[in-house]
Amino acid sequence: MAVASKLIENNFRMNRLPHIWCPGCGHGIIMRGIAEAIENLGYDKQKVCIISGIGCSSRAPGYMDFNTLHTTHGRALAFATGVKLANPELKVIVISGDGDATAIGGNHLIHAARRNIDITTIIFNNNIYGMTGGQYSPTTPHGELGTTAPYGNVDNVFDICRLAEGAGATYVARGTVYHAKQLEKNIENALENKGFSVVEGISICPTYYGRKNRKGNAAEMMINLKDTTLDKKVAAKLPPEKTEGKLIIGEFVNKIQPEFCEEYHKVVDKFTKED
Amino acid sequence: MANRTEIRLTGSGGQGLILAGIILAEAALLDDLNAIQSQSYGPEARGGASKAEVIISDEEIFYPKIQNSDVLLCLTRESYCKYIPDLKDDGILIIDSDVDFDNIETSYKIIQIPVIETATHEVGKSMVANIVALGVIQQATTVVTKESLEQAVLKRVPPGTQELNRLALQEGYKLVSNHT
Amino acid sequence: MPSKNVKLMQGNEACVEGALAAGMKFFAGYPITPSTEIAEISAQRLPRVGGKFIQMEDEIAGMAATIGGSLAGLKSMTATSGPGFSLKQENIGYAMLTEIPCVIVDVQRGGPSTGLPTAPSQSDVMQAKWGTHGDHPVIALTPSSIRETYDLTIQAFNFAEKYRTPVFLMLDEIIGHMREKIEIPDPSEIEIFDRVTPDESEKESYKAYDNNLEVPKMAAFGEGFRFHVTGLMHDEFGFPKNDTTVTEVLMSRIMGKIENNLDDIILYDEYYTEDMDLLILSYGGTVRSVLSAAREAQRAGKKVGVFKVKTLWPFPEKRITELSKTVNKILVAEMNLGQYFYEVDRVAGKNCEVSLLGKANGEPITPTEVRNKIEEVL
Repeated sequence: MAVASKLIENNFRMNRLPHIWCPGCGHGIIMRGIAEAIENLGYDKQKVCIISGIGCSSRAPGYMDFNTLHTTHGRALAFATGVKLANPELKVIVISGDGDATAIGGNHLIHAARRNIDITTIIFNNNIYGMTGGQYSPTTPHGELGTTAPYGNVDNVFDICRLAEGAGATYVARGTVYHAKQLEKNIENALENKGFSVVEGISICPTYYGRKNRKGNAAEMMINLKDTTLDKKVAAKLPPEKTEGKLIIGEFVNKIQPEFCEEYHKVVDKFTKED
Repeated sequence: MANRTEIRLTGSGGQGLILAGIILAEAALLDDLNAIQSQSYGPEARGGASKAEVIISDEEIFYPKIQNSDVLLCLTRESYCKYIPDLKDDGILIIDSDVDFDNIETSYKIIQIPVIETATHEVGKSMVANIVALGVIQQATTVVTKESLEQAVLKRVPPGTQELNRLALQEGYKLVSNHT
Repeated sequence: MPSKNVKLMQGNEACVEGALAAGMKFFAGYPITPSTEIAEISAQRLPRVGGKFIQMEDEIAGMAATIGGSLAGLKSMTATSGPGFSLKQENIGYAMLTEIPCVIVDVQRGGPSTGLPTAPSQSDVMQAKWGTHGDHPVIALTPSSIRETYDLTIQAFNFAEKYRTPVFLMLDEIIGHMREKIEIPDPSEIEIFDRVTPDESEKESYKAYDNNLEVPKMAAFGEGFRFHVTGLMHDEFGFPKNDTTVTEVLMSRIMGKIENNLDDIILYDEYYTEDMDLLILSYGGTVRSVLSAAREAQRAGKKVGVFKVKTLWPFPEKRITELSKTVNKILVAEMNLGQYFYEVDRVAGKNCEVSLLGKANGEPITPTEVRNKIEEVL
């Protein structure tokens, strides 16, 4: 039997493992990245809350040894907003999937971003609804297959990062499960941003998305992530024909703006500090 | 038997009739009576007609809405037409001098007096027409005492306008004394 | 001169004042007529007492944030009306299964759909009971005056905290919007119940869903207990369990914590019920018309009793059954087309004749209509 690393022992509920994700699923890499980032930053685990909605990604909090809340489909950010405003001392992290965050929960995503409330949202994007068995999501590319798009998806995709940026998020980055170390760094930076942060973690779903769309096995899907992505800094130096069709990864937004809870507390302080 | 008075204040939006209703109800509480105030909401409350209702009684008031009013104040023709059918036969209609009323045989009492003009010219501000109207209602019904009404008015009006509003009340009382 | 604590107050305002007296420190909601004043007054008052208010992006989020606020340790409330009550239902069920105390105010208006936004109604009575899916425990209170709104809001918080469950406060537009005399009680006269929390020594062994307790102790996030909360069926530590026994034990405890405490939770008032030919059962804004007509009937020598329901759910089955054996006729008056009526008929119908005075056109039931019905029935 393998011996668990210190990282696992320190941050996971050992009696809840192993997780339920399929062999080859990319989600474990992102979940580990979150734990690494929390450990690297030395946060007090008693003050860390991890909140999720419904879907494959949203099972992650159950394995993680923090204050954890597995909510209703799409609503994690709304629950998280309540938790954070009620006790701003808490470090609130939301784990969501592409369907959870941008379809059923899309409204909460844009409004949390607009408020710039200090919540870090990690979106595990595997381009499909995995838990329910492979239906197309807002990030399933046009023309690809899902069980509810048997003749090819006629919808268009959301660019999660541009959506978050447009809505007002003050930290936005995209990484992949192939570029695990870089993704972990993105998560760290997101956690350190005092405001609303979104990290899109491109994951792989060999069981449904991969199989439906003939993307090969898990290893082949990982290689595909390497081949089809370009770092933002590298892409900036290349002529357009070399970047066409590539998914750009890296940090897109990292700026300081007034944070919601702090702004609200200025109102509270007006009344309570007079006494 | 209970002494219950149902008062309906009607006119157009912006005439301060809701506030007048609240003040009248608060005056009743100062007199140790029971009072309920309600008003219309929604599309009906936007622009156009405005209505505030006050019920004052010396016993517990159960039903909070007016079925037939004892006192009807009308500051516009529109509100007169809408609410006159619900005035009791032995009720009192208080109607602004600028508002025409139908020349028909009635058993209710009619007090037609220049509420808005008095506010504009005697007091000097048309916006206190609601307070002039309260003075009129007090003098015509004695449903609340003058002391309580004045106290209730002064509690609700913006600081710096107390004298103006006190004057508005006095002018309201006078309108009725001169009328009869 | 009346006491200084006597005020003219609107129902929606009395609700906020009651909530603050009960210790509300968090409100999340979305504007909707005729409940909006509750949000507006909360927005104004909460920061002044160190509390938090947030207007969320929709009704669903308002419910979610309310649950989040409670889980972070603050007494939390939201307010809505018909359409918003429908939208909130999924997360209400979540709070029921995860046992998160909070208060949900529904100022009922005419429905279904957008219906009559500014008109009174009592047509969400069954939605309070069965609105969210699955079997679940329900406490729903309904006040009929401004003072009762104040008192029952406090009671709603107390029940929520005591039984770790969401509690509904069912107002109607009549009560929500009318202004009436209220004497605010001195804080020393008000009984406040706070949730039972685990102490430091329980940190390692803490079970957020301890089945040995009828109502498990509730820690707040951030206090060192690091527990898990899920809307899936869960074991005593809160972890998901797809297991029939675990489900049975959990469901029987959350239903039992309400069903075993009916005497504590069920509130009602009776008027002239010692000797009667007719009993009228009613609640909320409607019972005021019933009381008006009954007072008049009594003065005319008619034996008309009134049963005023304050706890709609759980249903006051025991007392209604008892009364149904002492009277020939029961009339149920409500601003809907017969919701509570069916419940009353279910328990009283075998003992006496039960009839309905129902109305759902946006107008309140008037004392005249009750009087006419009394004439007709007696």
